[in-house]
Amino acid sequence: MSLSSVNEADTSTEKYLRGKYAICGIGETSYRRGSEESTRNLATWAIGNAMKDAGMDAGDIDGMLDYSGNDSVFAPHVANDLGIRLNFYMDVHGGGSSTEALVGIAIGVIEAGMCKTVAIYRAMNGYSQVRIGGTGARSAVPIVGDQIHHRAYGWQSAGQMFAPSFLRHMYDYGTKPEQVAAVKVAHSKHASNNPKAYYKQRLTVDDVVNSRIICKPLHLLDCCVETDNATCIIVTRLDRARDCPNPPAVIQSVAGRVCKPRGDIHLHYQGGPISTVAGHYAKDIIFPNAGMGPEDIDVTGSYDAFTFTAMLQLEDYGFCKKGDGGDYVSSGIIELGGARPNNTSGGHLCEGYTHGMSMVIENTRQLRGAADDSCPVGPDGKKQHTYDYAEGGCRQVKGAEVTCNMGWAHPGTGSAMIMAQDAR
Amino acid sequence: MPIQGEYRGMMLTIDDVDKENREFFGHCAKGEFRLQKGKESGLLRYPPTTACPWTGEREYDWVPVEGKGTVHSYAEVHHPIQPAFKEKVPYMVLVVDLDTQKGAPTEVEALRVAGNLLTADGEFAPPEMIKSVGIGTRVKMVFRQVTDGFAIPHWAIDDDAEQPENPWRYPQE
Repeated sequence: MSLSSVNEADTSTEKYLRGKYAICGIGETSYRRGSEESTRNLATWAIGNAMKDAGMDAGDIDGMLDYSGNDSVFAPHVANDLGIRLNFYMDVHGGGSSTEALVGIAIGVIEAGMCKTVAIYRAMNGYSQVRIGGTGARSAVPIVGDQIHHRAYGWQSAGQMFAPSFLRHMYDYGTKPEQVAAVKVAHSKHASNNPKAYYKQRLTVDDVVNSRIICKPLHLLDCCVETDNATCIIVTRLDRARDCPNPPAVIQSVAGRVCKPRGDIHLHYQGGPISTVAGHYAKDIIFPNAGMGPEDIDVTGSYDAFTFTAMLQLEDYGFCKKGDGGDYVSSGIIELGGARPNNTSGGHLCEGYTHGMSMVIENTRQLRGAADDSCPVGPDGKKQHTYDYAEGGCRQVKGAEVTCNMGWAHPGTGSAMIMAQDAR
Repeated sequence: MPIQGEYRGMMLTIDDVDKENREFFGHCAKGEFRLQKGKESGLLRYPPTTACPWTGEREYDWVPVEGKGTVHSYAEVHHPIQPAFKEKVPYMVLVVDLDTQKGAPTEVEALRVAGNLLTADGEFAPPEMIKSVGIGTRVKMVFRQVTDGFAIPHWAIDDDAEQPENPWRYPQE
């Protein structure tokens, strides 16, 4: 079926499962450098927290999905540790385009009657074991076959591989370093209101553009942090999620690992335009399937491996006109207090690096009205949000009813998900 | 037997079953740049693949292609990741639009061939040369030998070509 016929379909039909599944539990470890824990122990910790959050015990979870670059732990091992008997599991290869894609798979396997509730996790010692940036052990891996076309040129880390797309965007549209730096400024502001964040200091545009160049156009502060942590979300049918202690984050649509033509990290340059990213295609799945458009989204979670990745996706998903990404991210819209804040936890640039799952966790908190660590708890047991976003203050977005997460593997591949508050 | 050679302190290996890369790099060792051309589509492709991206056809011919083009974009690395490049920064990875098949089969497509910016005699470009290269610079292919029957393509400024007055560079120098 072609993409256009998908878009013309009646998306209210059973097949789209719009509004029928939800995230009912979220859990994470601390975000640290030097966890001194195995990824198995980190996974157990995060999944345990998500089960507590969902009010579930071992007998309530019967599915597991996880992703890694051979640096995590297999589901049956963690399930064993937690006393969970699995009816379904799958360990898949992947990074930042995995979370949303795996939510879609979880919905599919539950719908197929294979299991009832799926815990999705990512456990990683991204600082102390396998460095995402490619330094340490990863840099010394033998170079074989197809890899010769890039790694032999010193073209290996994510920043190095993505740089031609970032620079070409500046060339094609006049995007300026100071505009893109505003992403870091916004996310650092958010992180300063998040006690869990690894970097909590508020930064300025000057701080970013005066930090040392890693690989043009990326300064040190355009790049995300490397940390050790695990994260978990639990997906189940909405009627079951309604029995959980926290309000469900209801899944409206998902798109998984949508690719540009020749969408491989090393091949997408052959297609083009190289300053366009996979969100250009993914937007035509998530918005029609959710029955809404970018204007309906209150909070975004655009993957910030780099300042540029957040900007390029916001642009190609249609939150602004193509080429206007620099204006959009430097306008104040993406900051707490702005019209559509992005990554209110501080994201991968500041909070910690989780390959995307923490951004879904934060948006789940926003939809619950619980993205807040400083405001007092009222007599009803709920946070009394001040919506004062001064340093160390509130980070709940007022009226956060619909969120959009945009996962990123590389310019050629991405995933996305729209969630909303329970309309009941 | 795999073909294996040390290049700038890195061990590069082409498995014996990887016939597409064996042939590609083998032609480079003879100083020839050849690409696969799909028999049905008549279109060239880079890097080597097992079938034509436009037709899925597995039949192809290796045809000689002129190693000339224009810089489409680049990465300029100042913080090295791989040990082999520790002493080489800054260095450039160029993504070059070949003149051949540029804008085909659609206007946004091109054969975009990667390589480091080297001097005409095959050394890493010095910082002054790097500062003269940007989007729009005309370049020609040069080869660096890895071992017998195995060389890899790179780029050097094409001194015979008309160059843009100000090739586009990242604004903050």
